[in-house]
Amino acid sequence: MCRHENASQPDVAVYRKESARNGINMDTRGLRSQLKDSVPVAGLCPHGAYGVQDSLRSGFSSVKNELLPSHSLELSEKNFQLNKDKMNFSTLRNIQGLHAPLKLQMEYRAARQIQRLPFLQSSNLALDTLRGSDEAIGFDDILNDPAQSEMMGEPHMMVEYKLGML
Amino acid sequence: MALSNVLETPAAGFNFDNAARNAALEGLFERGQAPKPLKTGTTIAGVVFKDGVVLGADTRATSGEVVADKMCAKIHYIAPNIYCCGAGTAADTEKTTDLLSSNLTIFSLNSGRNPRVIMAVNILQDMLYRYHGKIGANLILGGVDCTGNHLYTVDPHGSVDEVPYLAMGSGDLAALGILENGFKLDLELEEAKELVRAAIHAGIMSDLGSGNNIDICVITRQGVDYIRPYQESEFKDNRKIKYRYRPGTTPVMTEKVVPLKLEVVQESVQQMDTA
Repeated sequence: MCRHENASQPDVAVYRKESARNGINMDTRGLRSQLKDSVPVAGLCPHGAYGVQDSLRSGFSSVKNELLPSHSLELSEKNFQLNKDKMNFSTLRNIQGLHAPLKLQMEYRAARQIQRLPFLQSSNLALDTLRGSDEAIGFDDILNDPAQSEMMGEPHMMVEYKLGML
Repeated sequence: MALSNVLETPAAGFNFDNAARNAALEGLFERGQAPKPLKTGTTIAGVVFKDGVVLGADTRATSGEVVADKMCAKIHYIAPNIYCCGAGTAADTEKTTDLLSSNLTIFSLNSGRNPRVIMAVNILQDMLYRYHGKIGANLILGGVDCTGNHLYTVDPHGSVDEVPYLAMGSGDLAALGILENGFKLDLELEEAKELVRAAIHAGIMSDLGSGNNIDICVITRQGVDYIRPYQESEFKDNRKIKYRYRPGTTPVMTEKVVPLKLEVVQESVQQMDTA
């Protein structure tokens, strides 16, 4: 299942000039490489409940608010697993040759396909076993457990979003 | 449950939704009015002696300028042979040490071996470096394992140091003075306990963020002796009156009993399939 992302890249030069927000400066120089394939289009789906911009909690809607994260850890946390896998695979390639990451990635790809539909919680057991994260507990196992989230997405919309039809 | 325009299930782990709001609010509050998290402005110290490690800590937890907890436990259990003192934000130290302890238990169940102190240090280092110092946990890890007696310090950013004697927290300068003066290699048990006690006492006397009682934890190859409190402060408050009300303080004026009548409407028995 391929997913078509909205391929608009942020204008880095603009953000370098306007990176001061309420007196708190955030260095935006390295962000382009971290804003991977998950750049939302502003205005299409504001973050408040029921699709309306929640001015009380997130301020007025603006392009800058939606594209740039306001916490320095937000991007690095979102891409943490991805980066860790990439680093491990490239180390493995340097040590053992190309065949090692290729075979492992084939197994990961197969394990990643064992999933429920997007609005249900899948256990990812095979993927966890491959990664070795079935024997480790981190903050993402106790905080904000998706199986106990209070918000339920609309099933049809979530499936359409995953298939890229939205 | 509210149905809303959620297109993907939220990611597990830390939630940064309120970061924008907090950044905006911080500009509105004047300096000092925003609520402060519970910190353990602290004195913690550790010393390696002949047969093991002695860890010591005070018991005061502050929230801004108020003492929030007078009997706070700062020496956390990690493994049967490893204990950890934590300074910094109280919630961060507790959760981090809990996670560390769980990971080491899983490891020892899987492999059948006792964990080593260096494993705890490596797990902590990875965990804390990932969050670039935002998790405010300054930790002193001490333990005895098959390779000897070890004492490590871990910073919130993930830097690690192995030393024979150590003090951390807001009272560390005072405690370090006592430790530098009195430390020798291969101390005896009583001398080591007295040294750590004196160091924590100096921290309590010289620092506002440390106070109340002193806890001591002695880790040796034979086992662990967690003495809580080792020394109580002389300035305990002596409450003169008890604030509980005796039963019968409030007079009963009238009493009315209404029995609830329940009738069995339907009874159905379902056999459990225990085949």
